[in-house]
Amino acid sequence: MEVGSLLIILVVLCAVVALLYGPLRARGAAPRDESADRVAELEARKEAKYREIRDAQMDMRTGKLSEQDFRILDRQLRAEAMEILRALDEEPGHAVADHRLG
Amino acid sequence: MQPARKRKIRLVVALSAAVLLACALVVTSLGASREVVTPSELATAQAGVAYQLTGKVQEGSLRSSGSGVDFLVRDRDGTKAVPVAYTGAIPDAFREGREVIITVRKQADTFVGERDSLITKCPSKFTEDATQRS
Amino acid sequence: MATVGRALLILALAVAAYGIFASIYGARSGRTQWIVSGRRAVYAIAALVTGAFAILEVAFLRSDFTFATVAAHSSTTTPAFYRAAAAWSSQEGSLLLWLWLLSLWASLVLFLTRRTLRRVAPYATAVLLGLAAFFAGLLVFLETPFGLSPIVPLEGNGLNPLLRHPSMMIHPPMLYSGYTLFAIPFAFAIGALITRQVGAADWIRSTRRFALGAWFFLGIGILLGARWSYAELGWGGYWAWDPVENASLLPWLTGTAFLHSIMLQEKRGMLRIWNVSLVLATGILAVLGTFLVRSGILDSIHAFGASTLGVPFVILIGLLVASSIGLVVWRREALRSENKLDSPLSREAVFLANNLVLVAMAFVVFWGTFWPLIAEAFTGTRRALGPPWFDRYTVPLAIVLVLLSGIGPVIAWRRATAANARRNFVVPGLVALGAGALLAVSGAADKPLALAMFVCGAFVVASVGQEFWRGVGVRRAMTGEGPLGALVSLVARNRRRYGGYLVHVGMALLFVGVAASTAFDAARDIRMAPGQTTRVAGYDFTYVKPTSKISTTTDGELEKISFGAIVDVHRDGRKITTLRPERGYFPSRDIEGLGAIGRFFEGEATSEVGLKAGMRRDLWTAMTPDIRALLPAIRQGDRVFEAAAGKLTPQTQARALGAALTGLVNRYSADPPPATFRVIASPLVSWIWLGAIVVFIGALIAMWPGGDAARRRVTAGYAARVSKDLARDDLARV
Repeated sequence: MEVGSLLIILVVLCAVVALLYGPLRARGAAPRDESADRVAELEARKEAKYREIRDAQMDMRTGKLSEQDFRILDRQLRAEAMEILRALDEEPGHAVADHRLG
Repeated sequence: MQPARKRKIRLVVALSAAVLLACALVVTSLGASREVVTPSELATAQAGVAYQLTGKVQEGSLRSSGSGVDFLVRDRDGTKAVPVAYTGAIPDAFREGREVIITVRKQADTFVGERDSLITKCPSKFTEDATQRS
Repeated sequence: MATVGRALLILALAVAAYGIFASIYGARSGRTQWIVSGRRAVYAIAALVTGAFAILEVAFLRSDFTFATVAAHSSTTTPAFYRAAAAWSSQEGSLLLWLWLLSLWASLVLFLTRRTLRRVAPYATAVLLGLAAFFAGLLVFLETPFGLSPIVPLEGNGLNPLLRHPSMMIHPPMLYSGYTLFAIPFAFAIGALITRQVGAADWIRSTRRFALGAWFFLGIGILLGARWSYAELGWGGYWAWDPVENASLLPWLTGTAFLHSIMLQEKRGMLRIWNVSLVLATGILAVLGTFLVRSGILDSIHAFGASTLGVPFVILIGLLVASSIGLVVWRREALRSENKLDSPLSREAVFLANNLVLVAMAFVVFWGTFWPLIAEAFTGTRRALGPPWFDRYTVPLAIVLVLLSGIGPVIAWRRATAANARRNFVVPGLVALGAGALLAVSGAADKPLALAMFVCGAFVVASVGQEFWRGVGVRRAMTGEGPLGALVSLVARNRRRYGGYLVHVGMALLFVGVAASTAFDAARDIRMAPGQTTRVAGYDFTYVKPTSKISTTTDGELEKISFGAIVDVHRDGRKITTLRPERGYFPSRDIEGLGAIGRFFEGEATSEVGLKAGMRRDLWTAMTPDIRALLPAIRQGDRVFEAAAGKLTPQTQARALGAALTGLVNRYSADPPPATFRVIASPLVSWIWLGAIVVFIGALIAMWPGGDAARRRVTAGYAARVSKDLARDDLARV
């Protein structure tokens, strides 16, 4: 094997080892942020729920859902959304609802 | 009707439909399929029955007939060859020594290829393994 | 450099093994630094394999014949674009491409999700690394792209001329992107099962995006293959139910089913077991598809079979199937669904029906493809099924599928009242029936299945059109925009919905095109001499005169000899177009045993199709010249050159050869024997390609990233907050 190739391989090897070992130098287990996981999940659920509400509105406006059915559905979905918001507020990870407007 | 019962009925219906489809598939595939054979296996061929023949085009055997081509098909690593008379589309890759797949029916001493059923395998650029199925 | 390439792959294999360990250890012990290290292993592999791939590409571009694979698949006479693409025309090169794409997509996805899906990601990483290790292992131990040529040849074999076409070069990377992308939701599904996250909205949202991307690329790959077959090969068809074609269709079908059923889980928490099974099945089918092409286990036009890979792949697939089933059974408690179907008149029900039809289609295709093996296992003899059998089942299923895609947009979620449904179906239904009546009267009634497809297609277009119409109306009522502006903002604000509608329209167009071109095409094979005419479907095809030419590459090397024809097409006396079909003969690379002139006719031959595409019908023709008349001249030329072999300088020989070939080619033009033509006039073929383009535009719209739901926080009561959030979104998305 020529020297050039050997050199390249060695350099690459060092780079890979450095890349993989880097995070391991931090000793001690970083505590997994359980709250952050839950917040992420709740945010995803909130997004999905909002989409559902909007879709129901669209369905009503384009004539696929009667006014009455829509009202029932909308109320139910909004109630579910409110549950999610409530759960979000209980999470310490979720920003103490900043009191500035959006 | 209670929802649980409704669900069960739906499940039964769906499963029955699936079973029916599966049965239909099995029955028709037995009837509609053709036996896949190599040239040496065609020695016991019955007249009029369609077979799917795979093998190599015998080098030097390609002739054109009035309406199509005649050639011999041999086993991949053998010499037993059968004559085939074929009309229809001839793939670009078709050439002596290439592997082909063709549907044939026995007629007297020769085999008549079904129209447009000739497929030539893309010439292999990969090394053929010695243990390849023949 | 070949040694460097090899070393990079060995290193990739080692890193993959490490990464699997690190990810799982990190996940189980809670030590996130190991999880990070495991993720970095994926990045490292991406870098290493990119390096290896680059080395291979450079070797091809420089025509470095010390690499055995370059010598076998490329040549200095192959144009640069195809030299680059020849890298993956080989078994080992395509495996490297697969590994490269897998590592790239995996790196991208893991990078984008590094702050989410924290519990699932490490296991998903381990699965992806496992797949990477498998392919790296194949590349290191069985099929290396960095093998050296025992003797360095002066010239390589060259790329098979059949593959020298742009879409044939893009087709494998597209397909492989699709296959490797489907590995990602597969890996995340395994991770979600292990960590009991299958109900998580986060997992659902991410998996849906991955699957959509994979579906997109796989669809493009499949379509390019069909287009190439139609426009480049001499048989005039676009789909042959060949085992390898079917193998690429299978994950696409189940992927389509998944994209629909995942929406049910997103909205209603339904079908968890079904969804996770679909995702796992799709991933396995993608690996199976890769395996089928590479193993030669089934008789196929694509059979590139070296069966050295057969056994490892079977083991891998067996492992994937066993672990998938095991995991689903193990976690079945977590997979219990929250909700059930409310009403058979609902979008949920339509989605369910759509899933059933798609899975049925996938099952039929699977069955027909593997029947030879199944039959052999049970009866001892191999049996094969032909296209008619596939058509018999897939056509009715496709008709039902299209019909469902017209009903879906018009029906509401959860519960649609009968009165409402009636109001929404009237117009599309009437349009469809009207179209059907018109078509039946004008001759389509002879082919009832095609007619049924036309009616369903019309229904889809009408119902989606109605949706757009109403949506624009709503939008205009809300904001007072003009129709065009309203349309744009409607689609922009409801990308998933209207993008999806567009996909349905595109599929309907595509199926209508398939139905029309299959049921109403007219084809003829005929031998014609110059001056003769043949009539097909009212079109007169006249063989006007022969053409012939010698093509050279930019370096002055002879690339091919072509014999062709000029064909005029008339209808009712009016000229429609001129077609120029050709047949090109590439010289064979074998030096021995072939005469100097004869070898030009012993290599590959390709067809140039004469095609005039139109919105209403395509006119297609291919020809095969009868070169038997030239054989005596060719043989005489061979003898002359053989006799003069030692006595001429290379320059003189080349010049003499050039002169001889020119003479031969002119002789063909001057005194052409009759040639065999295949002539096809088929309607609506262009609708297939157009429909596909509409599908992909719709998919892009649906995939387009948009502003996420409001992350705004407002202090107020919860109900008010919900309203405010939604209102803010409404205004913000203008």
